[in-house]
Amino acid sequence: MNLTLKVWRQNGPADSGRMVTYKVEDVSPDMSFLEMLDVLNERLILEGDDPIAFDHDCREGICGMCGMVINGVAHGEQRATTTCQLHMRHFEDNATITIEPWRAAPFPVVKDLVVDRSAFDRIIQAGGFVSVPAGSAPDAHSIPVRKEDADAAFDAATCIGCGACVAACPNGSASLFTAAKITHLSLLPQGQPERLSRAKAMVDQMDAEGFGGCTNTGECTAVCPKGIPLDTIARMNTDYLKANAK
Amino acid sequence: MKFTEGPEIRDTKAPAGPIEERWEKRKFSAKLVNPANKRKLNVIVVGTGLAGGSAAATLGELGYNVKSFCYQDTPRRAHSIAAQGGINAAKNYRGDGDSIYRLFYDTVKGGDFRARESNVYRLAQVSVNIIDQAVAQGVPFAREYGGLLDTRSFGGAQVSRTFYARGQTGQQLLLGAYQALERQIAAGTVTMHTRHEMLDVIVSDGRARGVIVRDMVTGEIERHLADAVVLATGGYGNVFFLSTNAKGCNTTAIWRAHERGAYFANPCYTQIHPTCIPVSGEYQSKLTLMSESLRNDGRVWVPLRKNDTRAPGDIPDEERDYYLERIYPAFGNLVPRDIASRAAKNVCDEGRGVGPGGLGVYLDFRDAIARLGRDAVEKKYGNLFEMYERITGENPYDVPMRIYPAVHYTMGGLWVDYDLQSTIPGLFVIGEANFSDHGANRLGASALMQGLADGYFVLPTTLGDYLAAGPFGDVDEEAVAEAEIKVRSKIDRLLAVNGTRTPDSFHRELGKLMWDYCGMERTEESLRKALERIPELREEFWQNVKVSGTAEELNQVLEKAGRVADFFDLAELMCLDALVRTESCGGHFRAESQDADGEALRDDEHFAHVSAWESTPDGPVLHKEALEYEYVKMTQRSYK
Ligand SMILES: Cc1cc2nc3c(=O)[nH]c(=O)nc-3n(C[C@H](O)[C@H](O)[C@H](O)COP(=O)(O)OP(=O)(O)OC[C@H]3O[C@@H](n4cnc5c(N)ncnc54)[C@H](O)[C@@H]3O)c2cc1C
Ligand code: SF4
Ligand code: FES
Repeated sequence: MNLTLKVWRQNGPADSGRMVTYKVEDVSPDMSFLEMLDVLNERLILEGDDPIAFDHDCREGICGMCGMVINGVAHGEQRATTTCQLHMRHFEDNATITIEPWRAAPFPVVKDLVVDRSAFDRIIQAGGFVSVPAGSAPDAHSIPVRKEDADAAFDAATCIGCGACVAACPNGSASLFTAAKITHLSLLPQGQPERLSRAKAMVDQMDAEGFGGCTNTGECTAVCPKGIPLDTIARMNTDYLKANAK
Repeated sequence: MKFTEGPEIRDTKAPAGPIEERWEKRKFSAKLVNPANKRKLNVIVVGTGLAGGSAAATLGELGYNVKSFCYQDTPRRAHSIAAQGGINAAKNYRGDGDSIYRLFYDTVKGGDFRARESNVYRLAQVSVNIIDQAVAQGVPFAREYGGLLDTRSFGGAQVSRTFYARGQTGQQLLLGAYQALERQIAAGTVTMHTRHEMLDVIVSDGRARGVIVRDMVTGEIERHLADAVVLATGGYGNVFFLSTNAKGCNTTAIWRAHERGAYFANPCYTQIHPTCIPVSGEYQSKLTLMSESLRNDGRVWVPLRKNDTRAPGDIPDEERDYYLERIYPAFGNLVPRDIASRAAKNVCDEGRGVGPGGLGVYLDFRDAIARLGRDAVEKKYGNLFEMYERITGENPYDVPMRIYPAVHYTMGGLWVDYDLQSTIPGLFVIGEANFSDHGANRLGASALMQGLADGYFVLPTTLGDYLAAGPFGDVDEEAVAEAEIKVRSKIDRLLAVNGTRTPDSFHRELGKLMWDYCGMERTEESLRKALERIPELREEFWQNVKVSGTAEELNQVLEKAGRVADFFDLAELMCLDALVRTESCGGHFRAESQDADGEALRDDEHFAHVSAWESTPDGPVLHKEALEYEYVKMTQRSYK
């Protein structure tokens, strides 16, 4: 396949950035999207150009590190897919593809397609855990959990923290991420004692980081590679309201 | 490559006496640190996977002043996140006869009698607490309808002791450790440095006292001092370029510690996983694992005839060779990883492999679908089938999957004693980065167990014992400056070459060489070839590599080049270790050492030892640590 890529290049947070066009030839349909970029980067290095910086690690759709806006959609048009799991066979020969970083004020661009998502860590620091000391937990069978609850908690816990939801949201809201975390712990008995204080602390931190509010547009869940559902947000809001009413 | 033999390692610090009591004894003899003093003691933990994340969180909570480092943008993305299958624990919740002793026994046997008894016994004991800890943190393990934890069985074991969270056990366990870590960060006991790569250990007065790191965003070289350093930096399987590891996995941290005096143990033991998606082209950047659980229902076969190019559906049953069922009737498709991998290689070497280049075998669900129905198969394996289709573009419900073995896990690593301390006092090594518990082969679901046992339970006790003698006073400024200069000059040297080949092109070539000559099967001849070729290639690397950009910015080419440089040196040691060990065991198969049936032939008389390599200016020095088996009788492993 032959492709034309329009890629966002930005030297650092202070640089204003611009789109640069590259031609890539002999792309195999079996390549992943990142492998296609690897091939281009090899060429750029040899030509003495700066290769395109992008984040990635597992290349298995689980670490949440990769992520770019492809043709206007976070992680590209294919549903429930991370960028590293997107393959070139889904593109037409001779297509033009635009590639941009996540764009949201709380995710400043570090370089090219690499952004700083540490705001997510700070949301977790605010309360996204169970306060349990290491080394002296009770026997695991002393706390039975209904299978339905365990499964639902698991579904929410599969969020990979990629930030596509934020990038897709017209308000730059981090509600889906935060709600996934809150839902995971609030469905389990272990999470109950800190349930309301956790919801309050995490939502307040999310606001403090400068993420926008949720207006239920649903763009987040449409691009989420793990299919985290919108109703987690409703659950978060309920707990948040209860916490504030107290 | 020349090497000499040095004195044997005699003391591993394991207490004597009955094996069940050793860990209790060690815990009791460990000195305690007064809570008021803990705050004055500084600990550096490099790596935030299951091992490092759990260690940093626990040490922080105990009250030490912890600094933690990782090269990703957040600790939650460490390679541990990718583990799929599960984690073992001797809970005997099923009442199927499991016990600490049985888990201990299976693990020692699975490791082909090349692991330490004391360590493995402790691992089995502690495994029980890991599950309790994770559940208390809210890790959503699979449950039965009655609300209790579900378990499953896994390759190489006959009891059901594997706890799991769908196919994402590593993810859920890591998020548990990550959340505990973030809690400590919020509490101020742990300071986190993401996007920082450790490039050297500072050794002052014979003790590890800090690290030199590079801020990967600004390029700044920083020094961080402490009373002890913990390396939890994972495995080095990426020396083969193609592997199931995350792309960033590397050897830099442990290799540079090795250059500073830490012994490197059993570098040649590499686990090859039998069920990965085969390589499809030259551009390929990594291999994807298909869960071993597929072999519970899938049947493995190749055509009977060589070069049979018919579509799989056109090959009648009489013309198929279900080779695992044929050779190993007792275990069939469920033989352990090393056995299944080698059998696949053998049939492909005979010219009966399928798919591009003949490097693949079929994993066929035709019979399972006929027996259980498509729906049932979809329920059990649907997500794996989808993943396969996404990568290959083929639908495994209609055509059999193609699989091939791939590099997966490295059993070798820095040598540590029973306290997880390396040969540099104050330098502790945990998780996949050390060599300690798996022997020559690792059974499924036991790496997660080891990482968490080390981090949550073992290290916090043994490190405390070491720190009880601290704080250790001022660090020698010269030692720090020297380490800093060494790091800077390596970076400058890489940038100065300005040649015509990319770091990746060298890595690819080195990886292919290692796979061909030091991979699933090694011979004296292949290893000698590798030992000849690696120095030539390294020479070319230092003459001809091209690293673009500068040192003072985010520079992924520079990061890569530094790691590839270390892989060259490690690769050489791996081949040397493999050459010296003229027996076959676990993940190390020397073709000269096999029995009449082509099975691995161990040589206990000469090789029942750990090979611990010391790096000296005059070349490597081999120290042997004898392995003694008091509780498990050494037998030939047989799965027939
Ligand atoms: C696909 C796959 C599936 C697996 N499935 C299972 C399974 O089902 N069960 C099981 O038991 N095991 C499984 N394993 C093996 C297991 O996942 C690993 O052995 C284990 O997670 C290693 O954990 P770790 O904490 O030692 O290292 P890692 O998780 O690799 O963490 C290494 C850490 O060190 C950091 N680091 C490395 N070098 C540096 C440096 N120089 N400077 C700063 N930071 C550095 C990294 O940033 C990272 O935080 C699987 C492995 C793979 C690849
Ligand atoms: S909710 Fe979905 S899109 Fe958002 S961070 Fe989690 S996995 Fe990514
Ligand atoms: S690289 Fe890990 S999710 Fe894409």
